[in-house]
Amino acid sequence: MSWETLQIVWFVLIAVLWVGYFVLEGFDFGVGVLLPIVAKSDAERRTVITTLGPLWDGNEVWLLVAGGATFAAFPEWYATLFSGFYLALLLILVALIVRGVAFEYRSKRGNASWRRRWDIAITVSSFLPALLWGVAFANIARGTPLQLDANGNSQYVGTFWDLLNPYALLGGLTTLALFTTHGAVFLALKTDGDIRVRANKIAGQAGLVAALLAVVFGLWTQLSYSQNALSWLPLGLAVVSWLGALAANRFGREGWAFLASAITQGGVVIFLFTALYPYVMPSSIDPAASLTITNASSTEYTLKVMTIVALVMTPVVLCYQAYTYWVFRKRLHPSQIPDPGHGSLDLPHEINV
Amino acid sequence: MNALDLARWQFGITTIYHFLFVPLTIGSASLVAIMQTAWYRTGDEKWLKATKFFGKLLLINFAMGVVTGIVQEFQFGMAWSDYSRFVGDIFGAPLAVEGLASFFLESTFLGLWIFGWDRLPRGLHLATIWLAAFGTLLSAYFILAANSFMQHPVGYVLNPETKRAELTDFGALLFQNTAYTTFFHTIASCFLVSGTMLVGVSLWLMMGKKSADAMRKTLGLGLITVIVAGLGTVVSGDAQARIMVQQQPMKMSAAEGLFDTAQPAPFSLVTVGPMDGTSASWSLDIPGLLSFMATGDWNGEVEGINQLQAKYEQKYGPGEYAPYVPLVFWAFRAMIGLGMLAVLFAVFVWWKTRKGRTPSGKWLRYAAVTSTLFPLFGISAGWIFTEMGRQPWIVFGMMKTEAGVSPTLGVVSVLISIVTFTLLYGVLAVIEVGLIIRAVKIGPPDTVELLPVDDDADNGRTLTFSY
Ligand code: HDD
Ligand code: HEM
Ligand code: HEM
Repeated sequence: MSWETLQIVWFVLIAVLWVGYFVLEGFDFGVGVLLPIVAKSDAERRTVITTLGPLWDGNEVWLLVAGGATFAAFPEWYATLFSGFYLALLLILVALIVRGVAFEYRSKRGNASWRRRWDIAITVSSFLPALLWGVAFANIARGTPLQLDANGNSQYVGTFWDLLNPYALLGGLTTLALFTTHGAVFLALKTDGDIRVRANKIAGQAGLVAALLAVVFGLWTQLSYSQNALSWLPLGLAVVSWLGALAANRFGREGWAFLASAITQGGVVIFLFTALYPYVMPSSIDPAASLTITNASSTEYTLKVMTIVALVMTPVVLCYQAYTYWVFRKRLHPSQIPDPGHGSLDLPHEINV
Repeated sequence: MNALDLARWQFGITTIYHFLFVPLTIGSASLVAIMQTAWYRTGDEKWLKATKFFGKLLLINFAMGVVTGIVQEFQFGMAWSDYSRFVGDIFGAPLAVEGLASFFLESTFLGLWIFGWDRLPRGLHLATIWLAAFGTLLSAYFILAANSFMQHPVGYVLNPETKRAELTDFGALLFQNTAYTTFFHTIASCFLVSGTMLVGVSLWLMMGKKSADAMRKTLGLGLITVIVAGLGTVVSGDAQARIMVQQQPMKMSAAEGLFDTAQPAPFSLVTVGPMDGTSASWSLDIPGLLSFMATGDWNGEVEGINQLQAKYEQKYGPGEYAPYVPLVFWAFRAMIGLGMLAVLFAVFVWWKTRKGRTPSGKWLRYAAVTSTLFPLFGISAGWIFTEMGRQPWIVFGMMKTEAGVSPTLGVVSVLISIVTFTLLYGVLAVIEVGLIIRAVKIGPPDTVELLPVDDDADNGRTLTFSY
């Protein structure tokens, strides 16, 4: 493969990693956001969190690998993006830290106020990244103020507040609504009893909001910022499958609803990447400072090595992740949750949930 | 303070914090796997109890390792973007492979292990913890190979046009001697930490008459681990020292406070001198030991800081090429001293518990629970030594640390992030230590009920484990 081909391959592979991330952690975020709404009792909240228990960390690794792959394949992109969006990423990092700890520690104690605090933490720390990833991607698509410095490197010269423009905020609300719906669809598929009923209803309502936001955001992106007419295609796909998801949800076909919703989450990523190509970070002020897959890429040798590694490893990873989803395929009902003392690190008399 | 200094502090703080959890995860994952294997092979319930109990400690710790690791992955781009540009072609690859090959493995199989007790057949369930443990080792290898490039760059050329380092040999990067000796040394020291934890916790519970029979078994496992790992640390550390003399002689001389070339060179146990670290005024020496450590010959020549400084000035141009000597000097001693203290403690515990004895005494109980801190601080000191000893370089001989920082990074931004991380990490430390103390106080369960393995859908029975 030539260097030019490899650059395209890696642009596609990074898109694939983000597809994985949006599809998988997307529902994690949604479930977290919905925690206080779909679950009314402690047993219900534990049911909801347990649906994610064995999965959330594996889902998050998609982000880590997307980050690592960007570093390896497009170092200029990694460097400019991560240093430029410094404070926004800090917010995301703080949220991801709190979120992971909250899932793991919440039920380690049987104290009601302890659990309540972690519940709030789960909701807030799921809400923030669900919003901020949309803001970040929208800004990339829109173009950010990049300038060449004395060494000829593209540097972000805007501020944190520049990232919060109306278009990007709309992008944030769109991902937030999409993920929330995705989470509700997931819960309807994975739980039984009242949670399932509530989740189904919320999915219908949030789904409509998401549809509205996504259509406006999609058209805005396509008409104002897309580099390619081809991106109409994934946009159309995302919209059609969203309608399918809403219909399936309406008729209680939860498996189909989840599949269709997942296609939409992935479709949005493909849409954004198609709209971007061949840029990875266009500059809004100086075309010479725009990063493309050519001027941001690493050398042919590195891309070759990485391609071989990815070809060997990715199928293996997909196999065992799919296997985990198979093992934990069953629905959960709050009656299956052991009593609050079970597995808690409190002495019996300290348990007051 | 400027943005550079703050970024350095931030990197140091967050990485050291990450590495407080890493050694316990790496060591304990394998040790818990060994316990579960013992149960699987013998059917002895004591091993099952031990697996459940130390598994719980592992998980409390693992969560912190995971969340602090995410920061590391992003930090290179956020605060060290010029460094990332310069070495991205080389450094990104092992980082990406680490994620793809090991983070997926650890996280997925640990999830299966935690929630799979009543679903997976026993043999398969045992395999999941081994795979997770293998993942931690793999992850260590790749990240240490990346770090080894910074200590000793290989497998690259400098492209004069782009002024970047470019990868030419991935095999050389992964399998250079710096990488595998560092790996052995780090892994051995990780097991030293985990082994000490096992000894300490087991002894504490044994003395408190909690599950004493199970704890005697884990105590034995811990003692063996500490002794083997202690030996491994010394042997691999010795190998590292030799490599270091060839690759980074300045670091070795700084570690010794050796200002002028000497033959034979002594190893000073204690040195007193002005804190500016330009000379020593008095020291307690073991003659010839440094020569031996560095060259394998009691009479070998070891170059001094001043001579190396002159040499580097010729090679790299004017500048300061020595690290801050007092810190490197004491970190080196703290690393060895604190680690060896853990080994001594293990030998002492072995003596006190030989032939089925159970020692008593308040101070021993408290020594038991705090003993883990010694090798843990030792390991931090080791990293401080390695990384500070490399200064002023971020990539040895190629790029100075000051040149690697993100040029767009404002003081206010780093100040916000460093304060945020420090506060957040502080709070999390209190929470995690609180949970560990609770778990240890409760001790292993009196009885362990295991449901029969059942993968049948919709049977609606109570879960063995839930969040
Ligand atoms: C408690 C843990 C512990 C103990 C007992 C030791 N070390 Fe160590 N040492 C580490 C923990 C550590 C570490 C944290 O794991 C480091 C940092 C990076 C690395 O690879 O290991 C390290 C680095 C490190 C280096 C620097 C390598 C480099 O910069 O390239 C040397 C030369 C040694 N060690 C030598 C020794 C010797 C001769 C020891 C014993 C006699 C010894 N260490 C015991
Ligand atoms: C996990 C164990 C590690 C610890 C405790 C540690 C600690 C430190 C410390 C204390 C510094 C500050 C030195 C200074 O500023 O003067 C530093 C620098 C640095 N280390 Fe490490 N390190 C570790 C592993 C690594 C690894 C595995 C890598 C890369 C793969 C790495 C990359 C760096 C970089 C890029 C710097 C330069 C930034 C700076 O000077 O602060 N470190 N490290
Ligand atoms: C500064 C460089 C480092 C980076 C970029 C880094 C990155 C990461 C990341 C992203 C995670 C979380 C993975 C997850 O979510 O599953 C993690 C955890 C971990 N890292 Fe580090 N790490 C660094 C230093 C080290 C070192 C030096 C070692 C070992 C010698 C190490 C071993 C581990 C282990 C065992 C975990 C435990 C938890 C887990 O994987 O998930 N890390 N690291």
